[in-house]
Amino acid sequence: MDHITFLVAVVIVTALAFDFTNGFHDTANAMATSIATGALKPKTAVLISGVLNVVGAFLSTEVAKTISGGIVDDTLVTPGMIFAGLVGAILWNLLTWLVGLPSSSSHALFGGLIGAVWVGAGSHGVHFDKVVEKVLIPAVASPLVAGVAALLATYLAYKLTSRARKQSVTKGFRLGQIASASLVSLAHGTNDAQKTMGVITLTLISAGALGHDAGPPVWVIASAGLAIGLGTYLGGWRIIRTMGKGLTEIQSPQGFAAETASTTVILTSAHLGFALSTTQVASGSILGAGLGRRLAEVRWGVAGRMVVAWLVTLPAAALVGGVSAGVVKHGGNLGTAVVALVGAAVAAGIVLVSRRNPVSAHNVNDAHEVTIRSTEEPTTVGTAA
Amino acid sequence: MNLDWTALGQVAAVSLAVTVAVVTVFALGVLGLARYERAREEGAGTSTVGGAQAGLCFVACAAVVAYGIYLIVPQFH
Repeated sequence: MDHITFLVAVVIVTALAFDFTNGFHDTANAMATSIATGALKPKTAVLISGVLNVVGAFLSTEVAKTISGGIVDDTLVTPGMIFAGLVGAILWNLLTWLVGLPSSSSHALFGGLIGAVWVGAGSHGVHFDKVVEKVLIPAVASPLVAGVAALLATYLAYKLTSRARKQSVTKGFRLGQIASASLVSLAHGTNDAQKTMGVITLTLISAGALGHDAGPPVWVIASAGLAIGLGTYLGGWRIIRTMGKGLTEIQSPQGFAAETASTTVILTSAHLGFALSTTQVASGSILGAGLGRRLAEVRWGVAGRMVVAWLVTLPAAALVGGVSAGVVKHGGNLGTAVVALVGAAVAAGIVLVSRRNPVSAHNVNDAHEVTIRSTEEPTTVGTAA
Repeated sequence: MNLDWTALGQVAAVSLAVTVAVVTVFALGVLGLARYERAREEGAGTSTVGGAQAGLCFVACAAVVAYGIYLIVPQFH
C-alpha cells in the first residue's frame, strides 16, 4: 500500500463524498413523485431507493474506462486535478440542494473536471466539441423527449379512466408507481455508482497501486455502493419537495406516466449509448405530466429557476474546480490540504444554513417551496401552514 | 464532431412509443380493476370481464418491467 500517497488518499475520500452527494441529490429523480402522491411513505421510498442503489452498484461490472467520457484529455489528468474537479462538483451539488433545485450531478462532475484540467493543463486539454455532443445536446433533447412522452401518456391515462371509480384508479396507479420508481433507482445505481468507482480506480492506476486495465477492487465497489446508497437513504428532501410539489401538484396517474417516461428514456438511451442526465429527464417528465392533466397548474417560475440552474451548473462547478486546481498545482500537499479544509468548511456552512429551515421526511409534502430563511419570518409563514 | 442524430431519433421514437403504450395498457388494467371492484361492492357478483382485463393488462406491464430489469442488469446479457 506504499503507493497510496497523501494526495491519492484525499482523492478517494473526496470521490466517496461526491458519490454521497450524488445519492442524496438524485433520490428525487426516482422517488419524488411517489412520495408526493402517497404511493410510498417518505421513509419507505428512500429506503427502497437506497437499497436498490447499492444493489445496482454491485451489478454494474462495466466500470467507466474514462473519467469523463472524452470531455477532457484523460492522459493529461492528474490526481490533483481529479481532486479539484470533485471539490467543484461537491460544492455545487450542496448549494443547489440548499435552494432545493434539481441539477445534474454528472454535469457538476464534468464541469469541475473541465475547470480543473483547463487550469492545470491548459485549454487544449478540454475537448469542447465533446462538451457539445455529450452535455449540451442531451441536456436540451432528453427533457424534451421525456416531457412530450409524459404529456401524451398523462393525457391518455386521464382520458381512459375518466369514468372509472376514482378510488380504484388512484390505488391502481399508485401500485404502478412503485414499480416504475424502483426501476429508476436500480438504473441510477448501475450508472452513477460506477462513475465514482471509475474515478477511484483510475486514480489508483495512475498512482501505480493497480495495474493498467485493472478492474475496481472489491473495497472500491463496496464503498462506492454504500456511499451512494447512504446518500440516497438520507434523502435530499429539499429537492424531493421541489420535484414532487414545486413544479406542479402531482396525482398518481401523472406520477405513473412521468416515472414510466423517465424509465424508458433512461433505459433506451443507455442501451443505445447516448449520454444523458437522469435529473433533467425526470424534471422534463414531471413538467410534461403537469401539462398533460387539464387544469393542472405548472409553476413556470420554479421551472425557469431550475433551467437557469442547469445552465449555470457546468460553468459554476468549472470555476470552483479551476480555482482549486490552481491552488493544488502551486501549493502541493499543503495546497491540497487547504482546498480540502476550505471545501469542508463551506460544505459545513451550507449544511448549517439549511438547518434554519429544514426539510425532512416529516414535512416534505407540507409545502411546495424550499426557503432558506427561518420559518419565523412573515414571508414564509403562509406557505408553512 | 459527429453527432449521432440517428441514435437521438431512435431514443425519441422508442421512448415515446413505449411510454404511451405502457401507460395506455396500464390504464386499461386500472379500468378493469375499477369495474371488478365496483361490481363486487354493489353485490352484483364479480365482474369476470373486468378481472380478466385487469389481469391481462397488469401481466403485460409486468413483462415490460422484467425486460427493463433485463436491460439494466449486465449479467443477463
